[in-house]
Amino acid sequence: MIAPFPLDQALGEGGSLVAALGIGVAFGVTLEQAGLGSARKLAGQFYLTDFTVLKVMFSAIVTAMLGLFWLGRLGVVDLTRVYVPETYVVPQLAGGLVFGLGFVLAGLCPGTSCVAAATGRGDGAMVVAGMFSGVLLTGVLFAPLERFANSTALGVRTLPNLLHVSYGMTALLVVVLALGAFRIAERLERSATL
Amino acid sequence: MRSPRPYADPYVAGVALGLVLLAAFVIMGRGLGASGAFASTATGVASLVAPERAAQNPYFARYLAGGGGASPWRDWLVVEIIGVAIGGALSAWFAGRLRRTVERGPNLPSRSRLGFAFAGGATMALGAVLARGCTSGQALTGGALLSLGSWTFMIGAFAGAYALAPFVRRLWT
Repeated sequence: MIAPFPLDQALGEGGSLVAALGIGVAFGVTLEQAGLGSARKLAGQFYLTDFTVLKVMFSAIVTAMLGLFWLGRLGVVDLTRVYVPETYVVPQLAGGLVFGLGFVLAGLCPGTSCVAAATGRGDGAMVVAGMFSGVLLTGVLFAPLERFANSTALGVRTLPNLLHVSYGMTALLVVVLALGAFRIAERLERSATL
Repeated sequence: MRSPRPYADPYVAGVALGLVLLAAFVIMGRGLGASGAFASTATGVASLVAPERAAQNPYFARYLAGGGGASPWRDWLVVEIIGVAIGGALSAWFAGRLRRTVERGPNLPSRSRLGFAFAGGATMALGAVLARGCTSGQALTGGALLSLGSWTFMIGAFAGAYALAPFVRRLWT
């Protein structure tokens, strides 16, 4: 059976942009409904009082991961045509650490800052302004960073081929990891409210 | 004025978000993103101000060439992030949560909060440039695709955040 999805090539540029807008609206609605437009709620994750960030993120990862796994297995989606971000180990670890520092100061991440700003929060608008200025400035001063940013390039590298276990087994491990994290989060939340 | 409705259950909202991400994979063959929209917008501005220098800049060139040579303003992620703002505003409006405010810790003046928000945004930008993505494009999207680099980013981001959090308690408590 020939996998009919993804549709990106069939849609063309105009269709893709309509899909982008629709997917973006749905993304914004779910973030807002979860309360992730609120910096105070996000900050709770780092003071162990509110684990909404972890719960939403891991439920979303597990849902999309299992959905894509089964749609691939059933021959509905051609997984070789789904873009997987390339791995650059050291810059991604370092970038993650720097990003985490900014995340605590801002109380919002780039996506949620857009929701915060759009729902009337001045702090959200300032995070958006900071992100934009930061990207522009980093871009202008990028030359000395380029070597580091392109270092330890491994191409498309996934956990299954790192661990030498099957795609399905890795997915199962992630589900177990998520369920364990949810259990710990529930316990810590209960002790924080006592 | 109506009183705001409570937020959705985080697990239900998470599954819904996962289905949105899955829809992006199935329809477009790619996941969600946020910092990429900032990168394209910054590239657009840079090439308006100084087109030749932007084309020679190794970072901006990535976004000028990307998308098949299309304008950075018509980038998929720029349109997607406009959708995010529209969806967020509509959702808050229907739930009675649309309100002008500055969210901050109880002991932090509003002006300091805005300064930290800007500094935090700029710091995240540097991190996202180095990591080639943020919590949307790396943690969420690459996480669901089991990308090694995305999981590395996620571990780094949480480690960085938990390491700094105790020193800036005044921001939130």
